[in-house]
Amino acid sequence: MSEQPRNLFQKVWDAHRIRELESGVTQLLIGAHLIHEVTSPQAFGMLRDLGLSVKRPDRTFATVDHIVPTHSLVEPFEDPLADEMIRELRKNCAEYGIEFFDVGSRFQGIVHMVGPEQGITQPGTTIACGDSHTSTHGAFGAIAFGIGTSQVRDILATQTMAIKPLKVRRIEVNGELPPGVYAKDVILHIIKTLGVNGGLGYAYEYAGTTFDGFTMEERMTVCNMSIEGGARAGYVNPDQTTLDYLRGRPYAPSESEWDEATDRWLSFASDPGCHYDDIVVIDAAEIEPTVTWGINPGQAISISEHIPTVEGSKESERENVALALKHMQLTPGAPIAGTKVDVAFMGSCTNGRLSDFIEAARYLKGRKVSPGVKAIAVPGSTLVKEECEKRGIDRVFMDAGFEWRSAGCSMCLAMNPDKLVGDQLCASSSNRNFIGRQGSATGRTVLMSPVMVAAAAVTGHVADARQVFASQEGVAA
Amino acid sequence: MALAPIRRISGRAVHVPGEDIDTDRIIPARYLRSVTFDGLGEHLFRDVRYDADGELHGQHPIDRPEHKGAEILISGSNFGCGSSREHAPQAIWRWGFKAVIAGSFAEIFFGNSTTLGMPCLTASDSDLQRLTDAVSADPSLELDIDLEALRVTAGDLSIPVTLEESARQALLEGRWDPIAELLEGSDATDAVAGSLPYMQATS
Repeated sequence: MSEQPRNLFQKVWDAHRIRELESGVTQLLIGAHLIHEVTSPQAFGMLRDLGLSVKRPDRTFATVDHIVPTHSLVEPFEDPLADEMIRELRKNCAEYGIEFFDVGSRFQGIVHMVGPEQGITQPGTTIACGDSHTSTHGAFGAIAFGIGTSQVRDILATQTMAIKPLKVRRIEVNGELPPGVYAKDVILHIIKTLGVNGGLGYAYEYAGTTFDGFTMEERMTVCNMSIEGGARAGYVNPDQTTLDYLRGRPYAPSESEWDEATDRWLSFASDPGCHYDDIVVIDAAEIEPTVTWGINPGQAISISEHIPTVEGSKESERENVALALKHMQLTPGAPIAGTKVDVAFMGSCTNGRLSDFIEAARYLKGRKVSPGVKAIAVPGSTLVKEECEKRGIDRVFMDAGFEWRSAGCSMCLAMNPDKLVGDQLCASSSNRNFIGRQGSATGRTVLMSPVMVAAAAVTGHVADARQVFASQEGVAA
Repeated sequence: MALAPIRRISGRAVHVPGEDIDTDRIIPARYLRSVTFDGLGEHLFRDVRYDADGELHGQHPIDRPEHKGAEILISGSNFGCGSSREHAPQAIWRWGFKAVIAGSFAEIFFGNSTTLGMPCLTASDSDLQRLTDAVSADPSLELDIDLEALRVTAGDLSIPVTLEESARQALLEGRWDPIAELLEGSDATDAVAGSLPYMQATS
């Protein structure tokens, strides 16, 4: 039996395709539906208005993350609107019998942390969530989509959604990353190279020896930001690293089912010789510590580069470059290193994982946050917080002058009380530098890796971590 | 659930210039703190419509008196990028817009808008320029969007627009909200779920 070689996206799609709808889009089965307090309450409202129920409560999982006040979990929350949102989610989960990783549970956290930690996120599955960073789960060889609230309703009611297939672009990164260069730099480099809308209509398959060598956490950091490059989904083919991560997690297959399950998982990996709609090859050695200078994640440069000028930019980009320079209050042509920083934010579904805190702590040990910089560390999940505290990493952050917080989305999007004030500039390990993103209309964001956030925190300006921590092993070039 | 087909949309337009206008700019996250979509319209483009003291300055195109009641929003390329929040098209819709014409759209925003019955039409840079020039010259100009012919007419000007075919068909046939069709596939859904070991119901 000779089958046409297929890529992972096609295999997962074929296994979950229900039928074609009249308009030509596909009705696709969603294996795991993750919900949270921001984009689900209206969907439950629509469900009730239509007299419908939840089709697969056993395949629906909830947590609370966006509005969680990370400085105090005492209820009722100070913000009555946030309090109403958490109560509404509790009510909906109780009414429909949905598992809820609530505040107070050891398993609460940012929804894209919880799925992998619980072993809900598995290879060869489809996942959807009313949050664009759902692409994170692709790190496991799942096809994971961010969706709107009407689609949350659709999946609650039918466990399916209407969607058109995506093209697949293989992005191959080969070689070893230079010291001080991290997964975050890889994805910023990819977005900078292909553009913020370069992924429109595509799923990104991340491959090559660099990804082969990546841990699951590194793979998640890259897949997380696929959407910032316009790609609705991004994935890495499952391998032994994937299996090792999942073994023993609460929702992972039991030991008696393990071999059968993992054989099936690995069979979803792209076949040799399969079709790709596009292939891009990047040399890992070319990637440097990368930071954004502008108002979208594609407006990025390496730490040693200078801030672009309007005249030096492509004609089609000049308007946006001018707007970005004005908003960011940056001097065109000046080095980005040395830009004064007011706030340092460590956390988010991009870089709020254990390895991020471990790595930053290596360099923060014995250092102090620069006077005048407000520095906050927000673990992505309660489990990460617990583990950091067990290892004394919380102490390293606090001794350095960081505030150590409870798990949530926090200052990535500032729906909770963690916000920039006025035109503060934030060195941030999060995923978006959009105008107003961090809670102030005039607030400014510079995206970077966790170790670069640590360097910014201790120097008080955007800085090359390789130089700041030159005396310490590992990061120095 | 039969919906009224959407074939034509007529109304005045307003141009909100800019490329890559993300959904955080369309509606900042701090205005999503609600369990309903009610009242989202007033927070549309919030951060650029209010000054540092929290006062509406009135200079944003959608607040200008000559554009009051405009029903068609015109903007640049990659409109609606970023967060998947349906609050963004909901805010546009609840402000009173019935269609958006732009250089291009981010995918999730496009889908969210279509499901609301708010078409997102794409025009070439030069045609967009002609359209916005015409609207700037005469804000009272009535635009007519014809989804069958895929043309936008405004006075003497007539430009071609594009709309992804499945979305166009869904709008023309009143099937832009897929929930009824998805529900019809319930048995087929159970069959596919039954073929996947990880989808077996747990007891």
